[in-house]
Amino acid sequence: MTMQDTIPRAALSRRALLKGTGALVVGFHLAGPLGQALAQAGSAAAKPVTLDQVDTFLSIDGRGLVTIYSGKVDLGTGVQSALAQMIADELDVPDARVTVIQGDTALTPDQGPTYGSLSLQNGGVQIRQAAATARDALLTEAAKRLGVAKADLAVVDGAIGPRAGGPTVTYAELIGGRRFDLKLDPAAPTKKPADYKLVGRAMARRDVPDKILGRFTYMQDFRVPGMLHGRVVHPPALGARLEAVDEGSIKGIPGIVQVVRQGNFLGVVASNEWAAIRGARDLKTTWSKSETLPDQARLWEHVRATKVVKDDVTSNVGDAAAAMRGEGRKLAASYDFAIHTHGSIGPSCAIAEFKDGKLTSWSASQATHNLRKQLAQMLAMPQEAVHCLYVEGSGCYGRNGHEDAAADAALLARAVGRPVRVQWSRADEHGWDPKGPPTLIDLRANLDSSGGVAAWESEFFIPQGAAGNVALVAADLAGLPNATAIAPGGIHQNSAIPYKFPNVRTVCHRLETTPFKPSWIRTPGRMQNTYANECFLDELAAAAGIDPLEYRLKYLDPADTRGIEVLDRLAKLARWEKRPSPQKAGNGAVLKGRGITYCKYELVRTYVGAVAEVEVERATGVIRVTRFYVVHDCGQIINPDGVKAQIEGNVFQTVSRTLKEELTFDRGMVTSLDWGSYPILTFPEIPELVMELIDRPAEKPWGAGEPTAAVVPSAISNAVFDATGVRLRSVPYTPAKVKAALQSA
Amino acid sequence: MAISKSLDVNGRTVSIDIDDPDMPLLYALRDNLALHGPRFGCGLGQCGACTVHVDGVAMRSCIVPLSAVAPGQKIVTLEGLGTPEKPHPVQAAFIAEQAAQCGYCINGMVMESAAFLARTKGPSEADIKAALANNLCRCGTHAAILRAVKRAAAA
Ligand code: FES
Ligand code: FES
Repeated sequence: MTMQDTIPRAALSRRALLKGTGALVVGFHLAGPLGQALAQAGSAAAKPVTLDQVDTFLSIDGRGLVTIYSGKVDLGTGVQSALAQMIADELDVPDARVTVIQGDTALTPDQGPTYGSLSLQNGGVQIRQAAATARDALLTEAAKRLGVAKADLAVVDGAIGPRAGGPTVTYAELIGGRRFDLKLDPAAPTKKPADYKLVGRAMARRDVPDKILGRFTYMQDFRVPGMLHGRVVHPPALGARLEAVDEGSIKGIPGIVQVVRQGNFLGVVASNEWAAIRGARDLKTTWSKSETLPDQARLWEHVRATKVVKDDVTSNVGDAAAAMRGEGRKLAASYDFAIHTHGSIGPSCAIAEFKDGKLTSWSASQATHNLRKQLAQMLAMPQEAVHCLYVEGSGCYGRNGHEDAAADAALLARAVGRPVRVQWSRADEHGWDPKGPPTLIDLRANLDSSGGVAAWESEFFIPQGAAGNVALVAADLAGLPNATAIAPGGIHQNSAIPYKFPNVRTVCHRLETTPFKPSWIRTPGRMQNTYANECFLDELAAAAGIDPLEYRLKYLDPADTRGIEVLDRLAKLARWEKRPSPQKAGNGAVLKGRGITYCKYELVRTYVGAVAEVEVERATGVIRVTRFYVVHDCGQIINPDGVKAQIEGNVFQTVSRTLKEELTFDRGMVTSLDWGSYPILTFPEIPELVMELIDRPAEKPWGAGEPTAAVVPSAISNAVFDATGVRLRSVPYTPAKVKAALQSA
Repeated sequence: MAISKSLDVNGRTVSIDIDDPDMPLLYALRDNLALHGPRFGCGLGQCGACTVHVDGVAMRSCIVPLSAVAPGQKIVTLEGLGTPEKPHPVQAAFIAEQAAQCGYCINGMVMESAAFLARTKGPSEADIKAALANNLCRCGTHAAILRAVKRAAAA
């Protein structure tokens, strides 16, 4: 991939997006009659977006250029490049000939939101099947034209010809610019692993040079003609009512166009961005007092006292209650994991434009099809009149504020009758993005006389709800129709455990409410739940006086050889020294230890094992994670560089969460509204990372965007226990907490 | 009343019209001059996303008021540091190491590193980490960034 390659691509998408209509995008790619027809029709309706059609996912133009239409979007993970790599390989065309259009409700299929480490596992595999169907049809057609048996044909760089040599026919000649009009065939043969040329190879990402040269257009850079700048003035407390606005207070600021008020939704629109910022900052407002939040110092009591609406029993083996009552050594512990924010470096941003009764919305939403429904609901418009386009923004690791900025922009644009760009401030993002909910977990076990686990019981106190549409801040404030259920994501996942104990019962108490509107932060639930499970298991191993790796291996299903291989390889990689924890505590000022942990993601996919090495400063309580080892099996690897980057990202982000992060709040509002009050990991604090990827080309490609985050907190907690003999059960492990724990030990 | 302000950006002298002499430099670069390199991250001088060079010194453009930019001071942004044809050695090293995930922080990482390497020869890993201690990245691209800065330092 040369740098030049990426420039026309970027220019193309910019122009296409500027136009705001899908037809233009297609018009650029399809030189043939179809392209012209589409361009003339001026409507994207000509291209199907249903999941059963090959044309939904793929087109090949008269020059042999391939366009993929992906409902899953690139959140800065490089998944776009990996998709192109996967499809280029399946079709046997050079990677540079493939363009990806993503997250455009008029052009791309609804493949579900981009979350859950499913982009390649589900989204990519679906598109690959479309490509396989297309390839098979093209081979059939080529066989007819060339008079050669299909089985004797091969594809090289988009040209089909006899394996033995002879005349060829290109994809462009066979289909160029026309539709396939084919149903996606779930049985169409995909390539055999041995035939892959691109998949499994490290390939440079196509977006990277532009990002490093300052030539990439993020959502935050995107502009449309005639656009104004908007800022929202959020209430000083959740639930506060807007009692008065003194519009005269910002009269003196040049460039102010309008103060927009709808219920408690308040915004300032201006001709330039700085005027909008000043206007929002200086506007005099009066709000009612509102205190809806619990006392942070008693958060866990509050969580424990919250009404349970239902119990989800996530596993039930044998009779755990009876086995708990039996003879043996009883252990119990409670773990908690603080409320966290997503923490994107670039606050959310969106643009909205109303024209002829239609809304066009540009945002970095991870779920443009769902956003479309939500905006239509809020504005009481038919869905067909709302067009949402994805423009890549700052990395987002779950449902953050993008959709909310899109709703803000829509309300402001409607009020002023001009396109409006809304850029959230740092405080907007830290204060108003939906949060990873507080998670409280009680665990109990009964050990038999040889230290074996006779019973395991766990209770997770987590909010009700699943993945879904998270209510829009603007709709709430303006009193407009909105999603009503809370949607924290699939946070019950990994509450059940991969270990074969004779008696197990794991139950999630689903709470009616949680202090802040929740959503899925990276690795939702799986991170918090695995943390508690893997720490408690470590407690049992320590109580039994058994090496924690050996203890895990003893209880893994012997038939689950991939999991066992991960742990075996991890032991070698980390030069695991077999002995029980804690180590004999030294008397030094700095104590060193190591901890091991394991996760099978959602108990059905990606395997990760990790070892953390830590140093604990006895006097200050500071923990340094010095080295972190990961062994990772996500099946077939599409791009090893991409997988490595995901693992690195998960480790650093989650070391940050584990050691430093905690939302703070008073009775009215979040008080951690910047990076000073919500610190994250900095360069001097990063561990050295050592990893080993297990590639299984014959297996399904599983997700890599989240699983490693699940193993980080427990690896650190277990290592600190190994070093100090003190068990940390409350994330984050801030120096103050660690110091207190060391002193009371 | 709009005031006219002259700036020297990426080797060109440009004149912009502004209403507020204390508008931060970041908005002049992004909005008046349509540059994409310097990024808005916090507006508080805490994250480094907005970093530019002013007379070769890495500065947080989100907290530099235009009134503090003296005539003739040379401002360089990520776009002006190097070009696709002739990337700056730090940019070339970042591309070679694929040191970007979302890339939103990368402007700051490149600009901070370029200014740092210009005044520090043969830095240790700890030196590099200290130099980047006030540049935040959420994607966890730190290891790749470190590799890139080391590569640039050795080039
Ligand atoms: S945007 Fe300037 S330091 Fe964050
Ligand atoms: S690469 Fe995304 S914030 Fe650094």
